[in-house]
Amino acid sequence: MEQKIAVLDYGMGNLRSVSKALEHVAPDAEVRVTDDHEWIRAADRVVFPGQGAARDCMAAIGQHHLNREVREAMKSKPFLGICMGLQVLLTFSEENAGTELLGIFPGQVMRFAADMPGDNGMPLKIPHMGWSRVRQSHSHPLWEGIADEARFYFVHSYHVVPEDSSLVAATTDYGIEFVSAISSGNLFAVQFHPEKSADAGLRLLKNFVNWKPE
Amino acid sequence: MGLAKRIIPCLDVDNGRVVKGVQFVDIRDAGDPVEVARRYNEEGADEITFLDITASSDNRETIVHVVEQVASEVFIPLTVGGGIRTVDDVRRMLLAGADKVAINTAAVFNPEFVKEAADSIGSQAIVVAIDAKSVGEGKWEIFTHGGRKPTGIDAIDWARRMTDYGAGEILLTSMDRDGTRIGFDNALTRAVAEAVTIPVIASGGVGNLQHLVDGVKQGGADAVLAASIFHFAEYSIGEAKRFMADQGVEVRL
Repeated sequence: MEQKIAVLDYGMGNLRSVSKALEHVAPDAEVRVTDDHEWIRAADRVVFPGQGAARDCMAAIGQHHLNREVREAMKSKPFLGICMGLQVLLTFSEENAGTELLGIFPGQVMRFAADMPGDNGMPLKIPHMGWSRVRQSHSHPLWEGIADEARFYFVHSYHVVPEDSSLVAATTDYGIEFVSAISSGNLFAVQFHPEKSADAGLRLLKNFVNWKPE
Repeated sequence: MGLAKRIIPCLDVDNGRVVKGVQFVDIRDAGDPVEVARRYNEEGADEITFLDITASSDNRETIVHVVEQVASEVFIPLTVGGGIRTVDDVRRMLLAGADKVAINTAAVFNPEFVKEAADSIGSQAIVVAIDAKSVGEGKWEIFTHGGRKPTGIDAIDWARRMTDYGAGEILLTSMDRDGTRIGFDNALTRAVAEAVTIPVIASGGVGNLQHLVDGVKQGGADAVLAASIFHFAEYSIGEAKRFMADQGVEVRL
């Protein structure tokens, strides 16, 4: 039976590349970029992308009345958060002079410090933009076939600090060691962009599409 | 440190075809952008940049279709520059599948546009392209119109200002070096890289693989962009990366 994958659309950024990448790894699936509540409820899997600023993201989720849909979906079916779709799961972000988030997982979203030393005598650039290694904290169906320390594409100035360290699925070094992926039950969320991370990213999306959480 | 220096092949696209002029003359056809992008992706390019050099606005739709086609099958970051003047232009490119747009001339004539674009779309999608020419020891000036028109704006000051306005990255082209194949202007790159807190892409002048290494080591660039050495299969992206890795530059292999 062909499965339905909902890519949550709340007006934040380029969702085409996410949906194209999903179609590429799951040619038989019906992938829809949508904010339609019925469709999201009926979907087999939900992808929660996002980019831009935390305050705008939270406002857009509210405007599209997706707050409840997000909470329901992450309880009931395989759920993948990407970039801002990871960050908004925490409690509070430093961005925009402080922004309340969805509060699914206790913890903060913090900006990289401005004065971290880089490798060429200059401070590290912010945003953290480019390909960094992702260190897998434990085995997980979504890491299947992906080498530990494989590089993924990042672009972000803020990173998550969950209180519960058992959530951590991967870490990455950028001046500090920060949390680059979390997992909890049927939820997986990543700071990097699998849809822009060439073969490693496509493999992660394929793993997600085939994922059957316990 | 962990972050790979990026290798970015650049495709100059005119009316839907990849071209490369040497100092803006002798434009040679280098192929179908979708095929070229696919090849670069397979060779391990970290990003791809399209510069739409189409002069006539009638043909602007063409680049949108090129981006759409490439974005459907190439899953690495895509940047599009050339003729981006309004927030609507930015949105159109992003909806077509671009991840970032490069804003050049429009930023010079209307700096507020950069602020507006970054505010409404996010800094991560806004690259400010700077075309600079040397005007004395340690001084560079911004030029527009393919390096023909001086603006009186100091390149370093401008880079700082664009950073303050919300640019997420700077694409820095030396107009003195562009098309010469004698290497980047590493003094310019370093001056800008030290002046700003955002990533800097070095561009203009690459003729061999050592130039890429020099751009990173001497120029302090976060990424290096080149066109002709890759188009005509002089070097593959993979060769470039292995060469850089052998010289101690961290790259994604």
